[in-house]
Amino acid sequence: MNLFNSYKIIYFTFFVCLVAAIFPLPIILNAFRPDWMVLVLCYWIIALPHRVNIGHAFILGLFLDLLLGSILGMHAMLLSLLAYITSINFQRFRNFTLVQTTLLLGAFIFMSKLALYWIASSMQDIILHRHYFWSVFTSMLVWPWFFLFMRFLRIRFKVS
Amino acid sequence: MKTIFTRGPSFTLRLFIVIACCVGLLIADSQFNLFSSVRVYLNSIVSPIQYVADAPQKLFSAFSENIMTRQALVDRNQQLEKDNLHLKADRLLLGQLQSENKQLRELLNSKKQFKNKRMITEVMSLRSDPFTHQLLIDKGAINGVYLGQPVINEQGVVGQVSQVGSTTSRVVLIVDASHGIPVRVQRNDAIAVVHGSGAWDKLNVPFVQSNADIKEGDLLVTSGLGGRFPAGYPVAKISRFEYQEGELYATVTATPVADLDRSRYLLLLWNNDPLAGADLTLDSPEMFDEPVQ
Repeated sequence: MNLFNSYKIIYFTFFVCLVAAIFPLPIILNAFRPDWMVLVLCYWIIALPHRVNIGHAFILGLFLDLLLGSILGMHAMLLSLLAYITSINFQRFRNFTLVQTTLLLGAFIFMSKLALYWIASSMQDIILHRHYFWSVFTSMLVWPWFFLFMRFLRIRFKVS
Repeated sequence: MKTIFTRGPSFTLRLFIVIACCVGLLIADSQFNLFSSVRVYLNSIVSPIQYVADAPQKLFSAFSENIMTRQALVDRNQQLEKDNLHLKADRLLLGQLQSENKQLRELLNSKKQFKNKRMITEVMSLRSDPFTHQLLIDKGAINGVYLGQPVINEQGVVGQVSQVGSTTSRVVLIVDASHGIPVRVQRNDAIAVVHGSGAWDKLNVPFVQSNADIKEGDLLVTSGLGGRFPAGYPVAKISRFEYQEGELYATVTATPVADLDRSRYLLLLWNNDPLAGADLTLDSPEMFDEPVQ
């Protein structure tokens, strides 16, 4: 029962973040959309590495690929790589201060954006826009509040 | 604290399995296009998420339509009535011109159909993958949408269907860097190909001779040569025509005539294959070899 309850909350947050990742925004704001999927995955892996892991990252990445209409496997690969790095270091990341995790998340998202660009450019003709990397900063801005809110959720609903 | 490393394969092994899967998927999808038929089903798995993401916008627009004042409605109705009158008057002439055109074409012995089946569709979201210009529409395979189907709005060509789901489809816009569309200049029938540039308001027209008769402000319409888009729909206006002395080709850019990022309703066209009823025997070599009587 407890297990079911935990996964209910975890999957609900995944669903909300998937919706937020494709929520229609005006063109100008689109580039500033935070990388919700990276944030939510990193949070759950740091908090509960025995519940959320590489497998989840892979499935969510596939969902994201389908939702965004990109080449299948692109986001899946990046999210599972990030999940791997986070889950082998989760004990270290747990002891980081909020500022440190914010910087870490910034670095993660920057690397994933670079890798996405690299994969996409090797597969098709693409053009890099100036605004492409802005979401790194918005994600870093959002992360502390997101982290505190998720911790509140986790404690409130006793997700373990 | 629970022990974590007791159950399941190790992280490194999991990572290897997953990465292998991903590379397989990437290659299968991008090089061999194995998923084009399966994507219909895959897209329908995720379409609930798309509907949820689209719901607030829909609710908001329904709400704002409901709270319109009576005066605003009356004004709008009057405006629409006026527009309708003008359009109907134009249509009277259009019918006349159509029959005249048909007669002339019969004299020239070249038949051409101008009537296409069409369907109104609503834009669900404009985005997504940061590298491509696409939008999502609320019609899919059950409505008869097919891959490569032309999509227009009331101003001009918007793009073509690039992925079909059962209830939603994805449209790649003409400004996408991978999109090209055959056009002709309305003024003098010079033909060209318009490529997307990857920016929202710019199209490139490569391989135009530096002495070509193209001016800024010329309207480019679809030529129908590719067989995908029906002929005659406006695509873009030439915004810049420049050439340097001694260069073979001129630098030509154009701006799309349709407001790609602001249109809410689009039209899907069913393009009857122009070659279906055409008489292709003229092109066969035997005909040329025959002695002239």
